[in-house]
Parts: sequence; structure tokens; C-alpha cells
Amino acid sequence: MTVLAQARGATRRFGAFTAVSAVDLAVARGEVVGLLGGNGAGKTTLIRMLLGLLRPNGGEIRLLGGPPSRAARRRVGYVPQTLGLYAGLTVAENWAFTTAAFGGPRAPLPERVAPWSRELVGGLSLGEQRQVAFAVVLSRQPELLVLDEPTSGVGPLGSARLWEDIRDAADRGAGVLVTTHNLEEARQCDRLVVMAGGRVAASGTAEDIIAAAGTAAAGRADLEEAFVAIVTKQAGATGRAGTDPVGPGSAAG
Amino acid sequence: MSERRAARQGAPEPSGGHGMSWGLEDVRVTRGRTLALDGVTVPAEPGSVTVVVGGDGAGKTTCLQVLTGLLAPDSGTARRPAKEHIGYVPATAGLYTDLTVDENLDFTARAYRLSGADHDRRADQILDRTGLAGVRTRLGGHLSGGMQRKLATGMALLHAPELLVIDEPTTGVDPVSRVELWRLIAGAAADGAAVVASTTYVNEASRAARVVLLEAGKALASGTPDAILRGVSGAVGTAPGPARPAGPSWRRGANWRVWSPDGRLPDDASPVDPDFEDAVVVAALAAASPSSASASSSPPASPPAREARRER
Repeated sequence: MTVLAQARGATRRFGAFTAVSAVDLAVARGEVVGLLGGNGAGKTTLIRMLLGLLRPNGGEIRLLGGPPSRAARRRVGYVPQTLGLYAGLTVAENWAFTTAAFGGPRAPLPERVAPWSRELVGGLSLGEQRQVAFAVVLSRQPELLVLDEPTSGVGPLGSARLWEDIRDAADRGAGVLVTTHNLEEARQCDRLVVMAGGRVAASGTAEDIIAAAGTAAAGRADLEEAFVAIVTKQAGATGRAGTDPVGPGSAAG
Repeated sequence: MSERRAARQGAPEPSGGHGMSWGLEDVRVTRGRTLALDGVTVPAEPGSVTVVVGGDGAGKTTCLQVLTGLLAPDSGTARRPAKEHIGYVPATAGLYTDLTVDENLDFTARAYRLSGADHDRRADQILDRTGLAGVRTRLGGHLSGGMQRKLATGMALLHAPELLVIDEPTTGVDPVSRVELWRLIAGAAADGAAVVASTTYVNEASRAARVVLLEAGKALASGTPDAILRGVSGAVGTAPGPARPAGPSWRRGANWRVWSPDGRLPDDASPVDPDFEDAVVVAALAAASPSSASASSSPPASPPAREARRER
């Protein structure tokens, strides 16, 4: 099993605030790993360290066999929530511009987005825009894909099509890291890592996580219940809320 | 029948008017030359939550705007209580970012002409339920996204509305705040309000009393979550990846789900009991391929869907 991206004991502080604390995470070829956590759990800081955009204060990061480098980043496909497309350009123009910018050969538009080639990206639905962003990133045949909430706001059929693309990429050998707080996306992943308060609060399959939370015993074998239980417990343990600074039951303003 | 007529004319209901049901019936809305809603029915019963679920551009906001009276339908009926008995939370904002939490509640109370004592009691209750009691003096704009949604919802509940209409309360909100928001919304229903909420998350819909699945301005399925599950025609199976099985199929983790409208699954698939997510995908597939749509007698998915989105 080839590990494509790995964090070992990764820690990152901003002043007195520890955003990520001794986190272990690995993404191997052909697997889809879900990184779950509320706002402020440390997901983005961890991703930035994995991509070499931010140096850890402690621990080690490996990306595609070495320390994160510009050369390694070129082999990574990253689709942010904002997609990184030009709304005022057509799908074909976005395609041509991005493939040229990355120095790739001229390639025909992928079949899935070809019907919209002359449409302005800004005029497409969100689901269609996400498919275009995905096609553009996949055209570079990245070895590692990093996707931020890939199906957020997309209807059921659109989501199903996006997950087909993601799984196709994994079946062809790419490693995929999906950051999300959407538990429907979480259920599509092979393995999950739940972050709360900058730490890994639980990891494993959805079933492992439900078992770890102990909520199934209460008659709720539900990933959402489990997630909330784990995050709430971690917030209590670290004195740092994983989500809102103030919520019911926590007066840690 | 007489009840309905009274509501249609917008006659104010006395506050004891529980038992009256609100909602949309066969509503059609065109915007320019495009069909934004095509004969959509959304029930809203006192004491329960109806969820309108669909992706971006499906027509959810249009539905809610017709229900609140912000938008007049071309045809069909919108039954709603008098304006002062409606609470509405739009998808964005719904609060004043340059007022504090307390000031937001005060301002809303005055707008609804709540008396001092009524307001104090209600505001305390809302602060308690939203968990915002510790941040009364914080500016709305300085609250986290989840807290802003809770405050906006609390403001819409201040006057104890008979009908609460809430547009995507949980989009972009983290899971813990999401659970708290739904607790707040369910609490309003428990107090007797009819609640209509929209969402893009299918798992949130599965917990509502009633669900309307919307895509491109059409209701693809509607009813209780159980009824939608029972409404899955044919058979659903699972097949191992990566090779795609024959027939309409979609990925579920590393495996495939496959749907056979006539109940005959391909050889490599083994049958499964469909869950709510499967039922939603099947309803969308059935609507997209009218030849195989035994669940729906509606005409082919409308071509102007793309235009409808552009107008938004």
C-alpha cells in the first residue's frame, strides 16, 4: 500500500493557539479518506500543512514520497469549495486556460462536460460547475486529490455523478482526501478521520466511529449522532469547543 | 372547505386557529418564459415539520417565497395565516449584523408590537433555547455562522408564529450547530407551529414528518419518509466496484447501487433494502427517464431547467 500523503504527530500553533495538535493521518493509493470536523476543528490547517503551504511546528509531513515541495504539489489536484473557475469564461475557455497554465498538452473536453462547452461557467448550476472544476483538475491526472465538500449544495443525481468521478479516480489509483462536515459525503468514504479541537478524536470506518462513540448502545446507530457525541466529548476534554465558541452546555466564551 | 376559503382570502386567523392547515397546492410559477415551479404541492400542518429538499436551483426558495406571500403564483393556491402570524428566515441574513443579540431581539419585538412583559418572557426563552444567553451584548456580525442562524431563527420565533418558513437553516453550518438548529425548529413545531424548512441535505429530510423532493421546479416525490421509502418501485441491489453494473446505477462507497424498475437485477448484483438516500436517487432517476418511471406519471423532465437557474 503506497502512502501518498502522511502527517505524523503534526502540530501547528498560531501564537498561543494550537490549531492542530499531534495529528496522524495517511492517505494511500486507491482509497477515499474523509476528514471530518466542525468549523475550527483544524481541518484546513492540516490540509495546508499536507500541501506544504504551512510549516508544522512539530511532527513530520510527507507528500508523494518526500517533504512537501512545489514539484510534489503539481501532482496534487485540489478542488476548493469556491471551485477556482472563471465564471465569465465558457467551459471550453476554462479548460483551455487551465490546461495551458499547467503546461499540459491540448486535450479534448471530457465527455461529461462537453455538452456545456460553449456555456459560461457562471450560468451553469452549482452541480454542473462542480463537475467542470473536477474535470479540469482530473485532466492533469493527479496522484492525490484533495476535495473540499465536493457535493455541497448539489441535488441527489448531481451528487451521484460527482461521486462516480471521485470513485473512478480512486479506482485508477489516485488517493482522495475529502474534507467535509456533510455526513452524507462521509458515508461515501472508505475511512474517516474525525477532528475536534485540533486533535484526531476518532478514526476508522463509519461503523468503527459509531462503535467508538457508544451511541449505538442508546439505540442510535447513526453516524451523525456518533459524530456529535465524539466532538462534544472532545470539546469537554480539551476545554476548546470544536464548533461555536458558545453553545448550549458550554459557556466557554 | 369554508376554512380554506377564509385562509385564501387572507382573513386573519384568531390565535386559537390550530388545526388549520397551510401550504401550497398545485402551484405554478413562471419567471419570464421559464417555469420555476411546475404544479408543486407542499403541505404544512400545525405541530409538524415539512422539509423541501433539493439541490441548488431546484426551486426551494421560490416555494418558500410563494408560501410567505413574497411571490404571487401564476396559478395554484397558497394557504397561509395573516402576515403577522408568519415567521420567515431567508437563506441569507435574517438578522442585523450591526446590532447586538439583545438589540436584534428588541427590534423584532417592536416590529411585532409585543408588549414589554411578553417580550421579556419570550426573549429569555429564545435566548435559552438558542444558547445565546452568554453573548447578549455581542454584535450579530461577530457571531459564528451557526450562531447567526440560531439568532435569525430565534427572531422569527419571537412572536410565536403559526407558520414558520425557514430557508436552508443549516447550509454550511457545522454538524453540532446543525443538530441544535433542528432542535430549535422541532421545538417550534412542538409548540404548535406549522414549519416548512428547506435543505440540501437528504439525511435531514429523512427526519421530517413530511418531505417534498424538488428538482428543476418539479416535485419528484412527496409524503412521509416511510411513504417515500415504500414508493420505491422495482428492486435496488448492490454490486461490487469498480465495473459498472448494467442498468441505472450510482456509487455508494466502493460499491455500486443498481436500480431495476421491473425488479430484475443484473446477475452481479444482490438485492438490498433501499434506505432513504436510495429512495431519493431512485425518484430522481425515475423522473429523468420517463419510459422507466412507474412511480411518476409526470411528463419528461422539463428542458427549461437550465434557463430557470440562470434567472436566479
